[in-house]
Amino acid sequence: MAGEMMTGNLAAAWGARLSAVDYIPAFPITPQTEIVEALAKWCESGVMAARFVTMDSEHSMMTAAGAAAATGARVFTATSSQGLLYAMEVLYSISGWRAPLVLVNVSRALASPITLEPDHNDVLAARDSGFLQIHAETCQEVLDSILIAYRIAEDERVMLPVIVNLDGFYLSFTREPVILPAPEQVAQFLPPFRPAHLGFKASAPHALGVAVLGGTPYSYFRHQMHLAAMNALDVHSETAAAFERLFGRRYDVVEGYRLDDAEDVLVMTNAFASRGKVAVDAARAEGRRVGLLRLRMIRPWPADAIRGALRSRRAVAVLDQNLAPGQGGILFQEIAACLYHEALRPRALCSFIGGLGGKNLSEGEFRTIFEQTAEAGVREKGIGPVLLYTEAEHREMTQLQMLAAAPGS
Amino acid sequence: MWQRETFKKIKQIPSEEHVFPGTSLCAGCGGLESLRLAAKVLGDDVLYVNAAGCFTMLAAYPFTPFKGSWLYTTMGSAPAGAQGVRDALDVLIAKGRLPKEEDLKVVVLGGDGSTYDMALSSTSGALYRGLDFYYFCYDNEAYGNTGMQLSSSTPYGARTATSPCSLQHPAGTIQEKKDIFEIWRAHTPPYIATVAPRYPLDLEEKFARAAKFTGPKLFLALSACPTGWLYDPGETPEVARLAVETGLWPLKEAINGQVTHTYIPKLKPVEDYLKLQGRFRHLFEPTRQDEAIRHIQERVDAYWKRVSG
Repeated sequence: MAGEMMTGNLAAAWGARLSAVDYIPAFPITPQTEIVEALAKWCESGVMAARFVTMDSEHSMMTAAGAAAATGARVFTATSSQGLLYAMEVLYSISGWRAPLVLVNVSRALASPITLEPDHNDVLAARDSGFLQIHAETCQEVLDSILIAYRIAEDERVMLPVIVNLDGFYLSFTREPVILPAPEQVAQFLPPFRPAHLGFKASAPHALGVAVLGGTPYSYFRHQMHLAAMNALDVHSETAAAFERLFGRRYDVVEGYRLDDAEDVLVMTNAFASRGKVAVDAARAEGRRVGLLRLRMIRPWPADAIRGALRSRRAVAVLDQNLAPGQGGILFQEIAACLYHEALRPRALCSFIGGLGGKNLSEGEFRTIFEQTAEAGVREKGIGPVLLYTEAEHREMTQLQMLAAAPGS
Repeated sequence: MWQRETFKKIKQIPSEEHVFPGTSLCAGCGGLESLRLAAKVLGDDVLYVNAAGCFTMLAAYPFTPFKGSWLYTTMGSAPAGAQGVRDALDVLIAKGRLPKEEDLKVVVLGGDGSTYDMALSSTSGALYRGLDFYYFCYDNEAYGNTGMQLSSSTPYGARTATSPCSLQHPAGTIQEKKDIFEIWRAHTPPYIATVAPRYPLDLEEKFARAAKFTGPKLFLALSACPTGWLYDPGETPEVARLAVETGLWPLKEAINGQVTHTYIPKLKPVEDYLKLQGRFRHLFEPTRQDEAIRHIQERVDAYWKRVSG
């Protein structure tokens, strides 16, 4: 097998190392710690020419990261879950400064109740922050996406920070073979960071993040951010082509799996998409014409690519590993919105909520999803949000509740 | 006896200005006057890292009153912003991507709301890491930019919008002002000082002395505030003078934790200071609150007894 066996976390650390970053402000949080531990060791030993600083919180960490990027350094940092939310206001500041950096988020469900295992309410809470978002399925993709992310972020047409997301535990702690690109090849792919419009220095004073009075200048700068984020779609396709030429691996904003003749399509993101692909194979073996669409780039939203992949299908199921209480699946809403003006839109859209807090997605659940989606397509009426929960899980929960209601209470 | 070495006469203060007039800050702002004086020593090769507060309005698009640079961060993390900038400058200079002569002094500008409350963690972090930066706190003893609400810098007996006088609490604020100087000093940074705009030689001397140290250099600047303390803007020098002369605002420095009082006031009665300001008027009208005034006086007396003993 080609490549070295490594976890998603170590692949993320290698992504930063190969990108020759200058600065890494850090703060530990499970399940991200292996990333910062590896980077601390490499900075200390001198194999990386970067300064590593442990900050006092994620809020401080992100502020230092953005400020250093605004000064002209290439910056990497990583967090997860509560840490991402603790830093949330700073994300909006950094994108407003138009300071490109890469933040790895190791997805972990949000309190309360507090837990360690993954879902995507953390990273999707940052979807409107102005950070671009790339969601990875494999350890190799984590590493490659970081290299790609720097090139997109630092492109003059974009100049926005990027989040690269990987699932906690299922990818962060799972070893897979990862091909480490040669540093010389990475240097060919990713030019040194020499921003034309950023950097504090004595000879060229400037003010960043200043107050504006009224909506006219505010809207102007926010519109600029949106247009720059949209530019990232073209920049991504150029970057992906250059990446493929150099490294032989191809990444698109979305990935189709067995879509060619698929009647019904399941939409997923991140590491659990691997399970979805296995489920597609199993369903195909039973004669169902199904496929899977994995969303890789969430911001900017690749509406055209999604429409292209989903038009003319009988039915589409969106499996959201997140929950907007009182609404349903976050990505379902966005998929539905971008299909509205598609003349050949699917006859039914179904919304499923699964895998919250790392909850298993069983073969049975996938089978149910495909059955109910097919039926919805025939009826031409979507369903959901369906909250996936198996009988076995229900029994387990009932037992926990009996224990919680202690004897004598 | 503390002696000024660089600034002995008022004429030695450079006439060149580095903070220009015409900002949208209030007339008579004691904080801005302190900053104007400080900048005469800091110069123009400065990056101001700002936290949310009154001074945020200094740089309002498309204007800035500085020849130096500016970065607005958040209310709680300006020292962390200073860390990022300082580290990036160091790395870029070390790697030869930025000439040494392009280096900047990194100066945090935070009000007391940020300094005493929200940014306490990020300030402590910067001190702990020995960050080479300046911290300039303009202390007007309340959340001023939002209309004078209680902060943990608000002194006992002051009335704010969120610590109003009531039958239950006739003195208004019942808490004592947090001693941020001592909180900073517990981290033993190389240099800490309090300053007041009415004592320009003392202020300039302290910035000149601080420049000799690498590491955190922190300043607590009395920001007499006509808008919030309710007095005529023209009285700012007098209010600032009485804050010092009554002993309520001790002028001092701490070098590596060793405290020296740089000016020993004759301790005028605190009433002289309190009476000038609307935020303390309820201590005198409609009935005099002797107990509250005595409490303030006793605290000041106890402080000076402790530090001179």
